Amino acid sequence: MISQTAQSHPGRISLVKKLRENAQLQGLTLVSPTVIYLIFTMVCPLILVVIISFMTRGHYGDIIYQFTVANYSRLVDSLYLRILGYSLLTAAMTTLGTIFIGYPLAYYIARVPSRQRALYLFLILVPFWTNFIIRIYAWIMILRTEGLLNSFLQWLGIIHAPLEILYTPTAVLIGMVYEFLPFMILPLYTSLEKIEAAQLEAAADLGARPWRAFLRITLPLSLPGMTAGSILVFIPAMGMFVVPDLMGGAKTILVGNLIRNQFLTARDWPFGSAASMLLLVLTLIFTLFYVRRAGFGEELLV
Amino acid sequence: MSEKKPALWLRIFAILTFLYIYFPILILVIFSFNTQKLNIRWEGFTFHWYGVLFKDSNVILATRNTLLIATISTIVATIIGTMAALALQRYRFPGYSITESALYVPVIIPEVVMGISLLAFFALIGLKLGLGTITLSHIAFNIPFVALVVRARLHGFDKSIEEAAMDLGANELTTFWRVTLPTIMPGVLSGAMLAFTLSLDDYVITYFTSGPGSTTLPLRIFSMVRFAVTPEVNALSTLWVLTVFILLFIGQVAQRRQPAS
Repeated sequence: MISQTAQSHPGRISLVKKLRENAQLQGLTLVSPTVIYLIFTMVCPLILVVIISFMTRGHYGDIIYQFTVANYSRLVDSLYLRILGYSLLTAAMTTLGTIFIGYPLAYYIARVPSRQRALYLFLILVPFWTNFIIRIYAWIMILRTEGLLNSFLQWLGIIHAPLEILYTPTAVLIGMVYEFLPFMILPLYTSLEKIEAAQLEAAADLGARPWRAFLRITLPLSLPGMTAGSILVFIPAMGMFVVPDLMGGAKTILVGNLIRNQFLTARDWPFGSAASMLLLVLTLIFTLFYVRRAGFGEELLV
Repeated sequence: MSEKKPALWLRIFAILTFLYIYFPILILVIFSFNTQKLNIRWEGFTFHWYGVLFKDSNVILATRNTLLIATISTIVATIIGTMAALALQRYRFPGYSITESALYVPVIIPEVVMGISLLAFFALIGLKLGLGTITLSHIAFNIPFVALVVRARLHGFDKSIEEAAMDLGANELTTFWRVTLPTIMPGVLSGAMLAFTLSLDDYVITYFTSGPGSTTLPLRIFSMVRFAVTPEVNALSTLWVLTVFILLFIGQVAQRRQPAS
């Protein structure tokens, strides 16, 4: 029965045979669904955005297929340059914040007995498996005018009128640092953990004080982890629009908010596409800078 | 690094940092039992908001949508992504290195850019925004993550077991089902778990690719937070946190019970 079918479909049997013998063909077959899927959902959409960024906006928010570079020249307008500068500043401050809070903790975890380390790392990750809007909401409850922080400070008598923290750039920073903290701690821990005790002991034997040993040995050796962590924090922080939306009020506009507004509120898709291209190019520049320095390691994946 | 006892100030700093990480979540949980609707000050204990939550048809619909999207996108992305991981780990083919580096693009591309480009693309081909477009988009960002995780796990895989199976007369299909798949299963499962979590958690891409009636839980929570801060949001968040804790706990126990091979 089987041989009969095979005989009546000589084309099919030869294809199967070919597939069995040709390893290259097997590889291509296995990878083809991914390639085809990503061409349709990643490559084509991105090419489309590039094309739209050179088109003209119609009067009713439609796209007129007429070539122009006006969307890009609009980006150098001082208003948009300020938004861009502010986004870069926020991303940089967020990165510094995560280093400031994350470094001592990563250093501590690298120094506790090794069986405790896994538990501590697990404890850092647990809250971040919960939804990130929930985490922002928790901070809104704490920071708002009649929130816990203000009640507590007033109860202590430190302040008499509530502080306005929520809906300010400070609130955005607090939220962003909290969101991205694990992305800094994990790579930092990885590089701190690799430092040999012998190196520090040698420094101590040679008379180096702990602080000097830290500055001359530990800190330089942990720089790869810090670079990896900075990239992992800086890049998503640059395009973030949810935290500014919920915690920054109307005044805080980052590049991510600008793009969102152009697509959904202002309905200026060509200009929104140009802004997206700018964000994408900045992302690629920072990523390439990192890859050239460190190579594509597993660190980037956490 | 040395296992000398860390200095006292470092220990205090570590404790404070852990407090900083867990305090907001603790507050969230406590205030889900608050009787005061404005949820400003603690008034008294109640389960009232959980009752409100279970009767909230919007939340129920959003939960159903979220689970549906996460399940379908995880299954599809895990199958396709695992195939790609096998191809990249074991075969050399034309276009190998470009495929390999292209897999990183969805990982590094800003979410908002991916969101608007999918929105523009769906609009161009005339696909109606809704559960379908969200699922298609989730599969897209999940495939690379699954492929990368599974591939990392395939790294130390010993091909000689497969050759032994074939020598003993098993054909390719039997070898795959009985030897290869069970061996790479832990990697496939962790890829699937990551995909499921990413899908459950996603706000940005869902936001751009959703249409009327296709609200997911993160979108629902966002609009609840935006318009009114009531203990109902806390109750919903508490249940979410609880579910995650239970799942992580089960995962840990399962990992411990596995023989250390």
